[in-house]
Amino acid sequence: MGNHSDGSSTSSSTVATAGQHDEGAFQDPGIPPHRPRLADKDPKAAKRAERQVAVLFIVSVIGTLVFLVTYFAIDLTNTSTTGTIGLQNMLLGIGTAFAMLGIGTGIVHWAKTLMPDHEVSEDRHALRTEEDRQAAVAIADTIIEESGIKRRPLIRNTLLGAVALAPLPALAVFGDLGPRPDDKLAHTMWAPQNGKLKRLTRDPDGTPIKASDVTIGSAFHVIPEGLNELESGKLNEKAKAVVLLMRLNPDELNPSKGRENWAYNGIVAYSKICTHVGCPVALYEQQTHHLLCPCHQSTFDLTHECAVIFGPASRPLPQLPISVDEEGYLVATSDFHEPVGPSYWERDEHERRLDS
Amino acid sequence: MSAVSTAEQSTYQAETKFGRFTDFVDQRVGGSGILKEFGRKVFPDHWSFMFGEVALYSFVILLMTGTFLTFFFDPSMAETHYHGSYSPLYNVEMSVAYNSSLNISFEVRGGLFMRQVHHWAALLFVASVSVHMLRVFFTGAFRKPRELNWVVGGVLIILAMAAGFTGYSLPDDLLSGNGLRIIDGVIKSIPVIGTWISFFLFGGEFPGTAIIGRLYVLHILLVPALILLMVAVHLFMVVVHKHTQYPGPGRNDRNVVGYPLGPVYAAKAGGFFFIVFGVIALMAGFFTINPIWNYGPYDPSPVSAGTQPDWYIGWVDGALRLMPGVIGAVDGYRQHFEFIIFGHVLTLNVLLPALVPAGIVFTVLFTYPWIERWITKDDREHHVLDRPRNAPTRTAIGVAGFIFYCVMWAAASSDLIATHFKVSLNDVTYWLRALFFIGPVLGFIVAKRVALALQRKDREIALHGRETGRIVRLPHGEFIEVHAPLNDYKRYRLVSFESPKPLPAQPNSHGVVDRKERRRAKFSTWFFEDRVAPITPAELEAAHAHGHHGEVESGEETKSLSH
Repeated sequence: MGNHSDGSSTSSSTVATAGQHDEGAFQDPGIPPHRPRLADKDPKAAKRAERQVAVLFIVSVIGTLVFLVTYFAIDLTNTSTTGTIGLQNMLLGIGTAFAMLGIGTGIVHWAKTLMPDHEVSEDRHALRTEEDRQAAVAIADTIIEESGIKRRPLIRNTLLGAVALAPLPALAVFGDLGPRPDDKLAHTMWAPQNGKLKRLTRDPDGTPIKASDVTIGSAFHVIPEGLNELESGKLNEKAKAVVLLMRLNPDELNPSKGRENWAYNGIVAYSKICTHVGCPVALYEQQTHHLLCPCHQSTFDLTHECAVIFGPASRPLPQLPISVDEEGYLVATSDFHEPVGPSYWERDEHERRLDS
Repeated sequence: MSAVSTAEQSTYQAETKFGRFTDFVDQRVGGSGILKEFGRKVFPDHWSFMFGEVALYSFVILLMTGTFLTFFFDPSMAETHYHGSYSPLYNVEMSVAYNSSLNISFEVRGGLFMRQVHHWAALLFVASVSVHMLRVFFTGAFRKPRELNWVVGGVLIILAMAAGFTGYSLPDDLLSGNGLRIIDGVIKSIPVIGTWISFFLFGGEFPGTAIIGRLYVLHILLVPALILLMVAVHLFMVVVHKHTQYPGPGRNDRNVVGYPLGPVYAAKAGGFFFIVFGVIALMAGFFTINPIWNYGPYDPSPVSAGTQPDWYIGWVDGALRLMPGVIGAVDGYRQHFEFIIFGHVLTLNVLLPALVPAGIVFTVLFTYPWIERWITKDDREHHVLDRPRNAPTRTAIGVAGFIFYCVMWAAASSDLIATHFKVSLNDVTYWLRALFFIGPVLGFIVAKRVALALQRKDREIALHGRETGRIVRLPHGEFIEVHAPLNDYKRYRLVSFESPKPLPAQPNSHGVVDRKERRRAKFSTWFFEDRVAPITPAELEAAHAHGHHGEVESGEETKSLSH
């Protein structure tokens, strides 16, 4: 038996010497003898340790006081600056740290210097006796046997079927967590309303952009006209409709067939929502005409209709066909011809419908 | 059963005040059995056992600070205008959730501190759970009878990440909003049901007005309740199994050597709670974490460069970054990783990195105890841990997995690595892509060789003693370094391990060696063929007989200890 209730130094090296007496293996010498600490031998050292522990506890008291003084003395008012808040936060941190570390280090120091540190051995008991083990298996078998579930497959199979189906209502009640997706992801605010083409306006103030304002090399963050005036769902619409507007030398654009008139004077508009997982593609490298998504570094080449040239995106950014209205403001001649943003299961179907 | 206090009144009187108090409680609730069982229960002591404690304590701190934060946080996505004291955001349109997070930071005294403690504790929680798991893996603590507790631990690390991510998103700031958007993009890539899940999760299109409230319920109710439950199961099993111990003199699979719970172990462990709390408080006081006021409210349009998820999500984000979406030049051969199959989109450039690495990591993690058990055919109970060097192949597997994880984790900072070290972002990505495949293999080889080398070093020391640094000139002019032999206790530490040989294929009950068994034998060879056996007394005897002069001369230092 272990002698864990004893814990005296004389006995600690006498237990647990039962090594595996294999041929050719070293014999377990048992727990090493206890080495007395300074405080065990010298009462002065013990007294000193006692005082150190007390000092640490007093440090904790001081920490608590620092916390309380900081909390009440620094009042947060409307005139308080981030500096005041930062100072209060720091002092609260220092107060708490001292209060906690004082107690913590004090107790640990106490345990390490003054409490008995004899290692003792305790026997491990088997989780259960060998009889119990066999009895348990027998009981389990009896239970299964008496239930007759093995002998009556009809009961077993119908029960399995019932239990398998029973959770379905629990899944079904979540049916109203959200609306049907339908083709909501395929449309944005850029679609002309009642025949009126939407103007391209600045993000976030919503002022329209004149084609003449867009100089070569410049880039605009664009939202559709009327977005800021929406009563509800503004962020939902914005999440699909944001566009980047850039002007290049028209010779540098290589529009594919059918897209020749989607640009105006070298001004092109592309969806800002990354086709990878939907981050805003916010970085425009003027010199190389690359667009870079800061989240996962997908890189799109403006001179090739925003084809992916690096990174995890697989599809080009959708282009918004633009033109100017009679007042010289940039307008979208139609909605995007494909769904914007990350791919989804029904996306191709939506794209084909939008294209036709 | 018979009533506790009937006719026979015991005349026992406790002598001390504390004794009388204990007795009072005991006579009313009957705690003597528990005290007898646990009061002096022996716990082995080792610094590496503290990681689990750190995890537990940071979870307690999370519960305390989290409760405080719920008193002030409002998880609504309704629109409002900010009228608080942080002037740069004055009158800016934002959600109520973000508004209340700002108010916790700037209006509630100590609110910022609580947020900081909560966030730091969360980072530390996942970190300590992870390191604890590494400790358990590398020391073989998951072996029989603790396989199920290893699985519970695996569930806990997933729950810890879930708790972290749901909490991270709550302030509805720009950074966390972009994080949610990435999650939405990943969900949409799921075949067949992805779009539906996305719409159900967000209550419609992203971002909608439901998600914060829903995450809030998960974050403060469901996930912590599951964590609490799992922690209870985890600790219960620790009590049932008793703690493992490192190998050493006096320790074997049939005993547990350490300090009694009361007072020493309880004091050390209890005191450690305050130390963990104190360290987190220091971090919270001095180092800003998640300054949401700098990011601004969520808006789908802007994003800042160099954005980082919290560290524990990094490996998944990194995997997303590593996967190329397209291979080839714009106007040449080109292979897309998005496929159209029967009119439906299979976007493998998102789906693969989101599912496969995490799938591999967690599958191996959950099944590893059984894989190793199958290979080694070891059905014994193990309560003495392996030193990592003494299980070279397992250690190598662990290192390979760790490097696999770390490469993905580093990839989540590819842009910061590029800007910080002034190298090309593309090159960083190409290298990390290569390392994703090569790194684990290299890690496996190097770790295994290092483990074997350390074992050989142990053998050297056990055979010839430790180097003392004393150079002695012998009468005939030879210089030698004096080696001091180890005492029995120190030597035992170096020799008391098992070094199994590969187990050849065994015939089954029909006397046939089947194909599965032959495959197992191959794995067994792979697992155990490189081995360093512990020294035997005979070898030690031989080493001494060969006459290492140095040793013989400096023998005064030890021996006597074995009286």
